[in-house]
Amino acid sequence: MFIGIDLGSRTVKVAAMRDGRLVDHQIVESGFDPQRQALEMLRRYEPVRVVATGYGRHLAQHQFAQEVITEIKAHALGARHHFPECRTIIDIGGQDSKVIALDANGRVSSFQMNDKCAAGTGRFLEIMAATLGYKLAEFGPAALASTAEVNINSMCTVFAESEVISLKNRGIPASDIARAVHRSVINRLAVMLNRLGHGDTIAFTGGVAKNPGIVAMLQEQLDQHVRLLTPALPDIVGALGAAIHAGRS
Amino acid sequence: MTTPFAIKAYPEMWEGLDMDVARFDKARQMLGTAYEKMYLSQSNRPQAMAYFDDLMAEIFGRRIEELLAVKKEGRPVVGTFCVYIPEEIVVAAGGVCVGLCGGSPGSIPDAEKILPRNICPMVKSAYGFKAGKICPYFQAVDFVYGETTCDAKKKTWELLDRLVPTYVMEIPQMKKGRDKTLWLEEIGDFKAKVEEVCGTTVTADNLAKAIVVINDKRRALQRLTKVRGSNPAPISGKDALLIEQMAFYDEPVRFARQLNELCDELEERVRSTTGVMPASAPRIMVSGTPMALPNWKVHNLVETAGAVIVNEESCIGTRYFKDLIDESRTNLDQQLEALTDRYMQIDCSCFTPNNERVDQVLKEYRASNAQGILHYSLQFCHTYNIEEIKIREACEKEGIPYLSIETDYSPEDVGQLQTRIEAFLEQIRG
Repeated sequence: MFIGIDLGSRTVKVAAMRDGRLVDHQIVESGFDPQRQALEMLRRYEPVRVVATGYGRHLAQHQFAQEVITEIKAHALGARHHFPECRTIIDIGGQDSKVIALDANGRVSSFQMNDKCAAGTGRFLEIMAATLGYKLAEFGPAALASTAEVNINSMCTVFAESEVISLKNRGIPASDIARAVHRSVINRLAVMLNRLGHGDTIAFTGGVAKNPGIVAMLQEQLDQHVRLLTPALPDIVGALGAAIHAGRS
Repeated sequence: MTTPFAIKAYPEMWEGLDMDVARFDKARQMLGTAYEKMYLSQSNRPQAMAYFDDLMAEIFGRRIEELLAVKKEGRPVVGTFCVYIPEEIVVAAGGVCVGLCGGSPGSIPDAEKILPRNICPMVKSAYGFKAGKICPYFQAVDFVYGETTCDAKKKTWELLDRLVPTYVMEIPQMKKGRDKTLWLEEIGDFKAKVEEVCGTTVTADNLAKAIVVINDKRRALQRLTKVRGSNPAPISGKDALLIEQMAFYDEPVRFARQLNELCDELEERVRSTTGVMPASAPRIMVSGTPMALPNWKVHNLVETAGAVIVNEESCIGTRYFKDLIDESRTNLDQQLEALTDRYMQIDCSCFTPNNERVDQVLKEYRASNAQGILHYSLQFCHTYNIEEIKIREACEKEGIPYLSIETDYSPEDVGQLQTRIEAFLEQIRG
């Protein structure tokens, strides 16, 4: 069995593969001690090889992983497993948002990543949802329920939060503000997509791909012929890519 | 290492320089720890790096003592921030030219008490070192000679002048005939200022000697760059960067001699194909804004990830030493013109147009046998940040693997940078 483990900023994900197929997966909050969490999650397997990715990858290599690869390579491998024709990947995780361009063989040719702040990331959406009193699962649908054109201008999580609070206090409905928050994430993604250029098939990975508001609004933003494809388990694509790499090396 | 590395403390001398000794001493200890961790942990280092380790240990001590001794003789110490200031003139007049501190996050809070937050970290760091009295070089200089290579610098000099006498050289922004005329006049003003403070005259004779001294320093640095083009790399990028940084602090004749000794060893390593890293390590060239001492952030990340940096196309790098001054001129006017010609070749992004820099980057890429270019821009450095677009386009056209990063001195983006750099190396390794 080949194991990929993605030690992300918010969650630890494990993908287990046998004969080129995903046979098991887990997603658990990183908690205070992601290493222990990871070891706990790995106990049930008898792996041939473990490959780690994500922010905790290097610590993992000291402890239990035979090799590390970056999230960028891991998502490239994982996304191509689902969609062999895709040349562009959008990955939004807890702490980063990335756009990755692949060559015809699926190798990373270039990528864009957000700068050091959390703007446009999963964490940004979590904080904004909490500020507006939504559970995370309600946040995307709330944005879709609104048709208002409210704008949030600030790209910084801290400033955006004050902007949201001032909108709230002006009596703007929460769902309109929710839409504005989603719009600001899409705008930021659009900048990265335009800088890198993109193909006709874009794979959308990372936990934020589970947010129906982001998916629908992003599809609206793209040209009609562009297909935005979200795999069944978007948050384990990095772990899946690491498992695929484990099987190859 | 048998004894732990430490940067030596000279509290009495610092006291005499009116420094904030308690605070500076903490910074000294932290710097020593960082140096030990980043530098002394490297394996297969050349033996002749011992000189530079010692220079580092004495950076706030013996070198400052030397500067104070120079001052005692009535010779001035001139502080500069830019490779456009012609140090040959200072040397000709019997003075000492030192590049001032500006590479640490530690002094930025001091600067931000006055300066806006959203400006270049190097300018903030430099100003903060003086404002906080936490740089012995700043405390030791007789005056500072600044320049107008960017807006943040030129406006900061007005404020710095309140703390230490600061003169400003106007750097033209284009390279037409009239710009050269202006630049020559500026060099004349600089010469006059230095002569006034030194109480000596710059003559054809002493300028000729000074040109050779500084050319020799630049020749030694060129030799280092050339030997780094071999695979496996005989020296790490971190060590080479340190040497390029030290070129602004150390006494030039001694520095050149020691660097040439190191180069002898490195050339011997090349003959015996001895490297600091295996020949399979990806070779990266860095291009962009200067990395002032002790800014080792990117080099450390790249080399910790198993690659080696083989060139710095930067002010603290090849831009400082790629051009020499014609040594054949014998009268003062001709010498000053030769000096102007040489300094006008510097391809700083403050010039427009500046296409020669794009050509220079490609030339150094080939000469260094690099496998990818990492463009490094300090935050809010608009000219390098915008010129980056042309470097990127040239790399795309040439099929050169390319990564651009924009960062400052703070450690908070190290995780993201590490991911980017490692992904870039994955791209190169294929």
